[in-house]
Amino acid sequence: MKMELIQPFINAADAVLSQGLQGTTKVGNLSMEEAAYRRKGVAGMVALTGDIEGRILLDLEPQTAVRVASHYAGTELPESDGLIKETIFELANQVVGNAICALNDQGFHFRVHPPALVTSDEADKSSEDVEALMICFETPMGNVFMNVALRYNQRRMSDHAAAGR
Amino acid sequence: MEQFAAVKRSKDGQPVRYLIVDDSVFARKNLARMIESFGGQLAAEAGDGLTAISEFERTHPDIVLMDITMPQMEGIEAAEKIVQAHPDARVVMVSSVGYQENIVAALQRGARHFVQKPVKPEVLYEVIKYVLGEDGAVAGSAGAGA
Repeated sequence: MKMELIQPFINAADAVLSQGLQGTTKVGNLSMEEAAYRRKGVAGMVALTGDIEGRILLDLEPQTAVRVASHYAGTELPESDGLIKETIFELANQVVGNAICALNDQGFHFRVHPPALVTSDEADKSSEDVEALMICFETPMGNVFMNVALRYNQRRMSDHAAAGR
Repeated sequence: MEQFAAVKRSKDGQPVRYLIVDDSVFARKNLARMIESFGGQLAAEAGDGLTAISEFERTHPDIVLMDITMPQMEGIEAAEKIVQAHPDARVVMVSSVGYQENIVAALQRGARHFVQKPVKPEVLYEVIKYVLGEDGAVAGSAGAGA
């Protein structure tokens, strides 16, 4: 997976989390994952199709998710509150939306699918030819994990090349 | 959340009424808190474009804050239908998918402005004042309504 695909997502997550959590966000560990993804807590997944396809997962440990959602809600939320899941979905949406703006400026076109909750402990690995990059963002409210698995859509890219774009 | 000088309707000094359209409950709550801090009033909420159209007909809000990516009917299409039926409708698109194609499409189809998510309250506040124009007045400033 090329860094030119990943960097917009790192930048977007950094910006969205820094602004939303009103504190400094630090990019911590980066690691490649070839095995199936193991969920840490509350995880939202956004799928992309188009010139680049794959999925982005935003995953927070349960207590971190409660702290983050409570911060946005302006009130203490119980762990069972549905707004916690909604908050993670919206954060994932904002990260993906901001990242694809940057990629769109480079000429890539996408369709963003609505966020989905990852309920199983292990998410699929996407496919055999897609490796995933895991990035940990250290925030004042705990670690936020982003797992990015993307690849160029070869057929769409060939169409672009044939069209001289 | 930071409090802003209230923006009222010039004609009667009443709070500006908003229709918030977003499929995310979180996003709707977040925007509702912001408009409250602007002295506004929530007229209705909708989670998709189709419901937005019916809620607009029912409540006739002063401003619509409209997401783009939604189920059933997306925001740009809903904005177009609302503006076709009500040319004076003020629709502000609020989306994280803020690339140029989307912005241009929204503006061409009747939206008045575009705000990128994550929404900064101070940005939305300025956009609302701009979109209201002479129909809005900031409380305490010259020419403000009662």
